[in-house]
Amino acid sequence: MIDTLAILAIFSGLFFFLSGSIGLLRLPDLFTRLHALAKADNVGLALVALGVIILEPAVVNDIKIVIIWLLVMAASAISSHLVARHALRENRNDD
Amino acid sequence: MMTGGASTSILTIALLIALNLLLLSLLIGLFRAWLGPSVEDRFSAILLIGTGGVAILLILAILLQITALYDVALVLALLAVVGTVALTQSESNHD
Amino acid sequence: MIELLWSIFDIMLVLLLLALAWTTCSTQDVKRAVTLFIAMGLLLAIVWARLKAPDLALAEAVIGAGISGALLLSAIKDYPVTPMVSHRSRLIEGIINSLTLALTILMSWAVWHGLNMSDGIRLSEQVFSQLPVSGVSNPVTAVLLNYRAYDTLLELAVVLTAVLTVLTLNEKRSDYQGSTSPLLQGMTRWLVPLLVVTSGYLLWVGAHAPGGAFQAGAMLAAAMILLQLAYPSRRAEFNNYLLKILLVIGIFTFVLVGLWMMSRNDDFLAFTPAWAGTLILIIETAATISIASALTLAYLGGRPGGWEGRGSEGKAREDTHRTSRSITENGGAG
Repeated sequence: MIDTLAILAIFSGLFFFLSGSIGLLRLPDLFTRLHALAKADNVGLALVALGVIILEPAVVNDIKIVIIWLLVMAASAISSHLVARHALRENRNDD
Repeated sequence: MMTGGASTSILTIALLIALNLLLLSLLIGLFRAWLGPSVEDRFSAILLIGTGGVAILLILAILLQITALYDVALVLALLAVVGTVALTQSESNHD
Repeated sequence: MIELLWSIFDIMLVLLLLALAWTTCSTQDVKRAVTLFIAMGLLLAIVWARLKAPDLALAEAVIGAGISGALLLSAIKDYPVTPMVSHRSRLIEGIINSLTLALTILMSWAVWHGLNMSDGIRLSEQVFSQLPVSGVSNPVTAVLLNYRAYDTLLELAVVLTAVLTVLTLNEKRSDYQGSTSPLLQGMTRWLVPLLVVTSGYLLWVGAHAPGGAFQAGAMLAAAMILLQLAYPSRRAEFNNYLLKILLVIGIFTFVLVGLWMMSRNDDFLAFTPAWAGTLILIIETAATISIASALTLAYLGGRPGGWEGRGSEGKAREDTHRTSRSITENGGAG
């Protein structure tokens, strides 16, 4: 029962990872690609982390996984912001 | 050590399928590193591999029963940002 | 079924690694090559994890993804778009290719042979049998800092030499011209302390779990680089004295401990089993500080104030003195 829940969470996260990477490949512009990437990072990893937390018995490791999840969310937000900002500036300099 | 949950082969098979599909999504995202016209496009592929790598490491930690892999995932999550900052906030030594 | 799925995973990893290595070497676009190289580093960390080697995975993630990523990405930022063209003749290219092929065949045969060797005394048995007296419970740390401590000492010397070379050859990385995002500064305020704490954690946990001086030092360097990049207006001015001390303290402590142990146990770096754990921790702490300062300096480049001044200025002053004295003497004689 518990395992089914975990598998469900992991495969839902997997769906977001796959759609994120396909979006990274097929979308037309850098900014749209960053948008797809953010979905994979935030939702995809959150669901996979949730599944792994369910499967992992030691509480110490569960706390570590929660920290990892929060860090990846923050890192993904900052990274998309910085990369988009950088790309915008480069475009402005070219004109 | 894990309770009886991990020894069921259904769980292991499901986790292995998830592992393979995650690696597949990383492979798809790598094409952006090959194609991407600008350096920011290529870098977004690295961001995807970073987050996907964290997800793969979390699942490997459960499958192989190595708790140290959580530390590796934590480190990957922490250092993803440093690469972005190095790319966008530095001046190269070229003209 | 389980074996099949593992094999699919392994084969995909191997093919991906080979494809990345091939395209990194063969592509003519520098930015593409560097990006694929960093991706290969990340993939290698996953490979080490798959092979149940978490120490290697940790080292690869910190150094390959963190430090190398920062160095390479800063270097390729404004690289010109001209493709790299090889100027070698076809003959030399053919020789290089055949030598590489021969080396690949030789290494593959060696790995195959090693995997199919007959059972004999394996080194790992020796490592584990001596583990209780080595002072730590992580076999990798025992090998690095007890059984083969001399090698680690030389590694620290190599890192120091490399950094000194970079500092003499390279120019200081110029300040960032654009404006810094306030989001970045806000994030740095909690990320740098977190990185420092994680670095301390990796240093401490190295005694009984994957971790150690190199990983901790590289994380600390990443924290310092992040701090430097996020607050470019408050550019750090190197305190010359402190810097020299920080760079050298790892090797210095290592040699000091080795000599002390030599006076007690008649052998350089032969730890007394009762003190081995404490000594290893002391050495690792000093090594972490040295590695962190070395890697940070390697990224920032330039010559910290005063390192070149005394040499070239002094020589110029001496030449001026000699010239003026000879002029005076010739003038007096003539």
